[in-house]
Amino acid sequence: MSLFSIFNVSGSAMSAQAQRLNVVASNLANADSATSASGEAYRAKQVVFEATPAQGGGASTGVKVRQVVEDPSPLKQVYDPKHPMADENGYVGMPNVNVVDEMVNMLSASRSYQTNVETMNAAKSLLLKTLTIGQ
Amino acid sequence: MLGKLDEHLRFNETALKLRSQRQEVLSSNIANADTPNYKARDIDFASALKGALGGGQPMATTAPKHFPVPQLSAGVLPDGTPLQYRGIVQGAVDGNTVDMDVERNQFADNALRYEAGITLINSQIKGLMAAIQGGQ
Repeated sequence: MSLFSIFNVSGSAMSAQAQRLNVVASNLANADSATSASGEAYRAKQVVFEATPAQGGGASTGVKVRQVVEDPSPLKQVYDPKHPMADENGYVGMPNVNVVDEMVNMLSASRSYQTNVETMNAAKSLLLKTLTIGQ
Repeated sequence: MLGKLDEHLRFNETALKLRSQRQEVLSSNIANADTPNYKARDIDFASALKGALGGGQPMATTAPKHFPVPQLSAGVLPDGTPLQYRGIVQGAVDGNTVDMDVERNQFADNALRYEAGITLINSQIKGLMAAIQGGQ
């Protein structure tokens, strides 16, 4: 029954978008973290989506997060000689999180999530309607 | 007699099955709206319905001398209908060709036609019931 695999497809997209939202939240929360477990400033993270055949569906394609990549762009150099993490020239490497990018990402992720919820609801109402055949 | 009943309902049943499969393809497009290099796909419903009504059901092969059934692959629906790529109107930098407006439109359209199909098959069944009960 193909309408059931819509739940798998939309569900995979919802969890992928939720993970993207999670990464955005982590980036925004750490926008000022001058140090991290690696000893360096926090680097912005991004998810990479990948289309993947959904379970139980012939032609349907779900989504999964293939990997979480770190932004390789240089850290923001802030002059603050009093900072404990400052180098010999008085500069501190601050996270390369672009707050505007993250806000855009957040909006995009939440809109995509909403769309997939609607898709799932549409499939549900079609299935319920199908159950009334012959009544 | 049963064969005739089957024949009576077959058109709408095939149409509903194709509609539900198309719904699945469209939901895949919506789900992959942010996946890099994903290409939006769809089926040509009219020719798919014609093809599905013309050919019989694929049968299972249970012995080595049976003819093989077409294998399920990513490019065709289970009944062999080819999945086509949607034309690009405004391409994205990441190679994704999903246009959310088109997909949402088609999704709603297909859902409505599916419901219309259910209404039709229901009225066919009602007609059969009236015939069975002899108008009592």
